[in-house]
Amino acid sequence: MSATPDNMRWTRVIEPQRGLLSVPLGEIWQYRDLLLLLVRRDFVALYKQTILGPIWFVIQPVLMMIVFTIVFGNIANISTDGMPHAVFYLAGITMWTFFAEAFTKTSETFITNAAIFGKVYFPRVIVPLSVVLSGLLKFAVQFTILLCFVAYFVATTEIVRPNWAVLLLPLLLLMMGVLGLSLGMIISAMTTKYRDLRFLMQFGVQLLMYATPIIYPVSSLPDAYRPFILANPITPIVETFRFAFIGRGDFDPMHLAYSGGVIVTLLIIATVIFNQIEKNFMDTV
Amino acid sequence: MSTPALRVEDVSKMYRLGEVGTGSLSHDLNRAWARLRGRPDPFAKVGVVNDRTAEGSGNFVWALRDINFQVNEGDIVGIVGRNGAGKSTLLKLLSRVTAPTEGRIFVNGRIASLLEVGTGFHPDLTGRENIFLNGAILGMSKQEIRARFDEIVEFSGCAKYIDTPVKRYSSGMHVRLAFAVAAHLETDILIVDEVLAVGDAEFQQRCLGKMQDLSRSSRRTVLFVSHNMAAVRQLCPNSILMDQGTVVNRGETGRIIEQYMDSGIRNSKSRVIFSEKSATSQAKMTEASVYSGNSNTHAVRSTDQEINIVTKYEIRKPIRNKRLNISLFDALGNLLFTTSDFHESKKIEYRMGLYESLLTIPAHLLNTGKYKLTFCLDIPNELVLHLAEEALFFEISDFAFDQTGITLNAMGEITSPFGLIHPKLKWNVRGLI
Repeated sequence: MSATPDNMRWTRVIEPQRGLLSVPLGEIWQYRDLLLLLVRRDFVALYKQTILGPIWFVIQPVLMMIVFTIVFGNIANISTDGMPHAVFYLAGITMWTFFAEAFTKTSETFITNAAIFGKVYFPRVIVPLSVVLSGLLKFAVQFTILLCFVAYFVATTEIVRPNWAVLLLPLLLLMMGVLGLSLGMIISAMTTKYRDLRFLMQFGVQLLMYATPIIYPVSSLPDAYRPFILANPITPIVETFRFAFIGRGDFDPMHLAYSGGVIVTLLIIATVIFNQIEKNFMDTV
Repeated sequence: MSTPALRVEDVSKMYRLGEVGTGSLSHDLNRAWARLRGRPDPFAKVGVVNDRTAEGSGNFVWALRDINFQVNEGDIVGIVGRNGAGKSTLLKLLSRVTAPTEGRIFVNGRIASLLEVGTGFHPDLTGRENIFLNGAILGMSKQEIRARFDEIVEFSGCAKYIDTPVKRYSSGMHVRLAFAVAAHLETDILIVDEVLAVGDAEFQQRCLGKMQDLSRSSRRTVLFVSHNMAAVRQLCPNSILMDQGTVVNRGETGRIIEQYMDSGIRNSKSRVIFSEKSATSQAKMTEASVYSGNSNTHAVRSTDQEINIVTKYEIRKPIRNKRLNISLFDALGNLLFTTSDFHESKKIEYRMGLYESLLTIPAHLLNTGKYKLTFCLDIPNELVLHLAEEALFFEISDFAFDQTGITLNAMGEITSPFGLIHPKLKWNVRGLI
């Protein structure tokens, strides 16, 4: 008769649970083409049948910048650390959009892809990864706009001065991406069971923006609030980003290291929860 | 000795019934608490066998229970069973869409599934883009897809529309394209679930041929789930019969299909012995049974089978002009027709004794569904001799695929054709001028 499973080599064993911290890196590599195709799909499908197409990537942050300049800068008169309003807000918005998109889209992973996930297996983590990668591309476009503004203000004013810290950009993006991914994965795994979280998400991200120095600089904070805003792991990333590209911001390596610690912890938690949910979520969605 | 490609060991799968998502937090807390104290899962206990006709007492149901089997490399194995037998759940476990609750599955080689149609097709993308996307979802690399692209397009027969967004495709083209991609996968084990439901007869034959090829030439293993017995018979030398979440039998396909057909009787009442109660002193129906064409043990399963209804009755006093009426109702109680043996027996003088009337409903007339039969023995315009309402019922569960008109709903599931009946009619199409 045939061999028993013990003395024969099987290429795969499907079991009820797998290790909580295991990340199927090999599989992700195998499916790298899928990852790229999903990113491509996001782009192509999103703007098919729209007139302006990818220009929307540019219109969004610029409109937001204009509104912020009028409302927060000119009407509410919130400090921008002596920086030109436009470039101050745009720097914040560019970074924030990257995070918020990664976060919200990742958090919808299971719900929006239930149809595909229900029929076919591939490492589920491919989908959130593709979301973050798409976000990165979008960031690149918006970042270019920011650079144009920075260049303009460097030429016309004395205060906007990018410096050596621009070299930290890859690190900042990695941190922001991983943070959005981790938080999104945690939420997405939980929304498969507890749908309430979806409602929380809708305004939670909005509230989070106000808890992050996007429309105000850390330096203008009253001392009473300061520790809370600094406890937000996004704060050091945004501040460092501003410091690097416009030359003013609250840059402190310790704060950045703290952020890194929080992000790694969240990533570990996210991996555990995601692994738990991944295998059985089809039964609960 | 052949090498095993797949081995399923003691696999069970439990589902929660009812409204999923409510009260689950408290369940989770209860579970966590039980686990902390080293107790077994408090909700696993109430699992009951997957019998949908009887209301389960627990909130949990075992969709699969202790499944064991092995499939060797290059085999094509059919999986048959009634709706709810656990076939699709099994395939979902094998394709890793969901994980088993207990047990282990050993796999040798790459596994790819074709559960339902058009997996991951994006309506806005063109056929070309979707071939790449779909292929990647199924686990192919870009290079592999590119190498086979022409073959795929040719097989699907969609070459003309390859740069059209798939939302403009007909459902048939959709499936052709999807199947074409999957059939050209570089995979060792292919799982196929009811994909043949759409597409015309010619394409279905092409699919069956392709699957046969796959297993013969490249030693690929195919698991094939279908309600289409003809296709299972054609494709699979061996089959597995499932019922209520367990493997009932496994063996040569012909034998398995026979057993499956017989098991359908349980779901219907195909034979009845009439009681004395409603009979009269003049006549009494003794028994009636319903069976499909070939054999009197086979329940009626498919729309391409003849349905025979035999009624036996006893004439207790000489009668002239007796008449046997049979009425067919669908599950909702619509009367489809009433028929009688009257015209054939007009002037016959019935002496005392036993008689039998056989009614044959031709194949390709009824739609799929559940049907009820009412019997009435009478003397026209005079007297009801014996009335038995809803005495028999039977179900036609499988739609015969050699007819057209199969429809898919928005979810891609097969639905019955519209209408109370679905007769096979003659069409003639010709060009004018």
